[in-house]
Amino acid sequence: MLLMTIGIVLGVIIGVLPGLGGANGVAILLPLTFAMPPTSAIIMLSCIYWGALFGGAITSILFNIPGEPWSVATTFDGYPMAQQGRAGEALTAAFTSSFVGAFVAVVMITFLAPLVANFALQFGPPEFFSVYLLTFCSFIGMGKGSPFKTLAAMMLGFALAAVGMDTVTGQLRLIFGFTELMRGFDFLIAVIGLFGIGEILLSMEEGLSFTGKSAKINPRVVLETWAKLPKFWMLSLRSCLIGIWMGITPGGATPASFMSYGVAKRMSRDGDKFGTGQIEGVVAPETAAHAAGTSALLPMLALGIPGSPTAAVLLGGLLIWGLQPGPLLFVEQKDFVWGLIASMYLGNLAGLVVVLTCVPLFAGILRIPFSIIAPVILVICAIGAYTVHNAMLDIWLMLLFGVVGYVFKKLDYPLAPLVLALVLGDRAEDSFRQSMLISQGDLHIFYANGLVGGITTLALVLLCWPLISKVIARFRSGSA
Amino acid sequence: MNDNQSSGTGIRAGISIYAMELAVALVLLAIGTVVAYDSYRLGSKWGADGPQSGYFPFYIGVLICIASLATLAHTLSNRSGRHELFVSWVRFKLVLTVLVPAAIYVLCVQYVGLYVASAVYITVFMVWLGKYPWARSLTVGLAVNATFFLMFEVWFKVPLFKGSLDPLRFLGY
Repeated sequence: MLLMTIGIVLGVIIGVLPGLGGANGVAILLPLTFAMPPTSAIIMLSCIYWGALFGGAITSILFNIPGEPWSVATTFDGYPMAQQGRAGEALTAAFTSSFVGAFVAVVMITFLAPLVANFALQFGPPEFFSVYLLTFCSFIGMGKGSPFKTLAAMMLGFALAAVGMDTVTGQLRLIFGFTELMRGFDFLIAVIGLFGIGEILLSMEEGLSFTGKSAKINPRVVLETWAKLPKFWMLSLRSCLIGIWMGITPGGATPASFMSYGVAKRMSRDGDKFGTGQIEGVVAPETAAHAAGTSALLPMLALGIPGSPTAAVLLGGLLIWGLQPGPLLFVEQKDFVWGLIASMYLGNLAGLVVVLTCVPLFAGILRIPFSIIAPVILVICAIGAYTVHNAMLDIWLMLLFGVVGYVFKKLDYPLAPLVLALVLGDRAEDSFRQSMLISQGDLHIFYANGLVGGITTLALVLLCWPLISKVIARFRSGSA
Repeated sequence: MNDNQSSGTGIRAGISIYAMELAVALVLLAIGTVVAYDSYRLGSKWGADGPQSGYFPFYIGVLICIASLATLAHTLSNRSGRHELFVSWVRFKLVLTVLVPAAIYVLCVQYVGLYVASAVYITVFMVWLGKYPWARSLTVGLAVNATFFLMFEVWFKVPLFKGSLDPLRFLGY
C-alpha cells in the first residue's frame, strides 16, 4: 500500500513534467525496483504508470501543455474550461473519467483476457494501416475548418515524421546534409512548441489576458461535477470501448484519445461547441486513453506483445525479473498475474483519491500572474524539449514550432492532425510498406479479408463524410 | 479564432490575413515540392526489394502541394475578408517582446546552461514585463531553478544541459 502511494505520487510528478513521459519515467525508475520481489516491484511500476496517466491531464488542462502524448486531445476542451474558471470541474471530470476508463478496462482484462488475446493475433500490417487510415480520415472528414488546411497540416506532420533515418532501409531522408536532423523530429518537441510556446505568444498578443482565472475550488465542485457526469454514461461507454479496442489492437492510448474525441464530437448534439470548453470533450479522450493504457497491458501479459511504449518498458522489466510473458505466465506465475491485476484495481482507486485531493493545489497554480508563470512555462518547455534527446537543437526547434503554432492557430490550420501524423507517421508508413511488401504492391490487400476491408471502408466513408451527409440531407429534403 | 474583427478600436495598420494566408500556403507549397523532390531523388518507385525510401514521402509531398494549392486558390478567389487584420503592428510588438527574449534565452542556454539562463530569464522577465521589484523576481528565479535542479539532477538523475561554459561545475553534477 505504501509502495502504491509512492508509485502514484512519483507517477503524477512524471506525468506533470513534460518530456518525462510514462515510458521514460518507468525506465528511469526500473533499476530502483530490482532489489524488490517481482510482485511488489510490478505493483510499484504499474502505479507509476497510473500516476503518469493521471498526471498528464493536469498540465493539459491548466497550461495547454500536454504532459503526455495521449493528453493532447484533452487540451482541446480542458484548457478552454480552465480559462473560463472551470479548472476544478475539468480536472475532476478528467480524473473521474480516467478512473472509469481504467476500471472498465481492468474488469475487461479480468474476464476476457484469453478470448481477446486470440483476436489480437489476427492483426497484421494491413490491419494496422487501415486502423491508422481510419484515424486520419476521421480527422479530415470531421474537422470543422477547411478540409484542405486539415490535409495540409496532417501531411506536414507526415513529412516531418519522415525526416531522418528510414526505418526500413536505413537510408537518410530529407536531412539535406544536416546530420543533427538524423534523429528526425520528435513529436514531443513539436507538441511542446506548438501548444506551449504558441499559447504564450497568443496570450501575449491578447495583452496578458492569461492572468489567473480565479477558480472556486472546494469539495463542492468535485461533488457537483460528479453529479453531472452520469449524464454522459453513453459517451463513457463508447469511449471505453474505443479505448479497449485500441489498447488491445496495439493502437495505443494516443490514437484512442484522438479517435474518441472525434467520435464524441460527431455524436454529440453540441458538436460544434467542442473546443470551446465542453465537459464531454474532456471525458471522451481521458476515458479512452486510460481504457487503452490499461488494456494495453493485456496483450503484453498474454502474448508478450506490448500495446504501448510504456507497456514495452514494463515488458523489459518482466524479462529482467525472469518472468517470460505469454500464455504460460497465467499458468506458471499465478501469484504474479493476479497480484498485478489486484494492484490495477487498488492502484486506480488510490490514484483517484490522491489526485482529487490535490485538485485545489493544482488549480491554485492558475492564480499566479502571467508575468511569473509565462517565463516559468517557457523554462519548463525548454527543459522538456531538451530531455527528449538531450539535444540543444531541440530547444531551437521548439521555438520554431512555437512560431508555427502561433501562425497556424491564427489562420485556422488545425494543430491536432499535425501532431497525430507526427506521432503515427513512422508506424503508419511502416505498416503501409510492410503490407505493400506482402502483396507486392497490390492495393487490394486492404480488402483482403472482412476485418481489414471493414475498417478501410469505414475510413473512406468518414473521409467523404461531409459529401455523404450533404447527399443524405438533400435526399431527405427531396423525399419530404 | 481570429479576434481581429475588433481591429476598429484605433489600431489600423498591420499584416492582413489575406497576405498571411498566401504566404503560409506558398511556404507549404515550397515544403511540399522539396519533400517530393528529395523523395524522388532517393527513389520513389518500386525497387528490387520492395518500395524504396522515397515511396511513401513522395506522395506526402504531392499531397502537401495539392492541399496548399487548394488553399491558395480558395484565398485568391475569396475577396470578402481581404482587409481583415492578421495582427496589428501594436500587438505584433507585444508578441515580439516575448519572442525575442525567448530567442536570446535559448542562445544563452547554449553557453551557460539551462539552470543559469533560466534563472536570469525568469528574473528579467518579471522585472521588465511584470514590473516586480528586483529582490522578489530574483527570489522566484532562483527558487524555481533550485527546485528543478533538485528534481532532475539529484532525484531523477537526469542531467540537463549545462552549457559549453558550464558555470555550475563547482556543484559537482
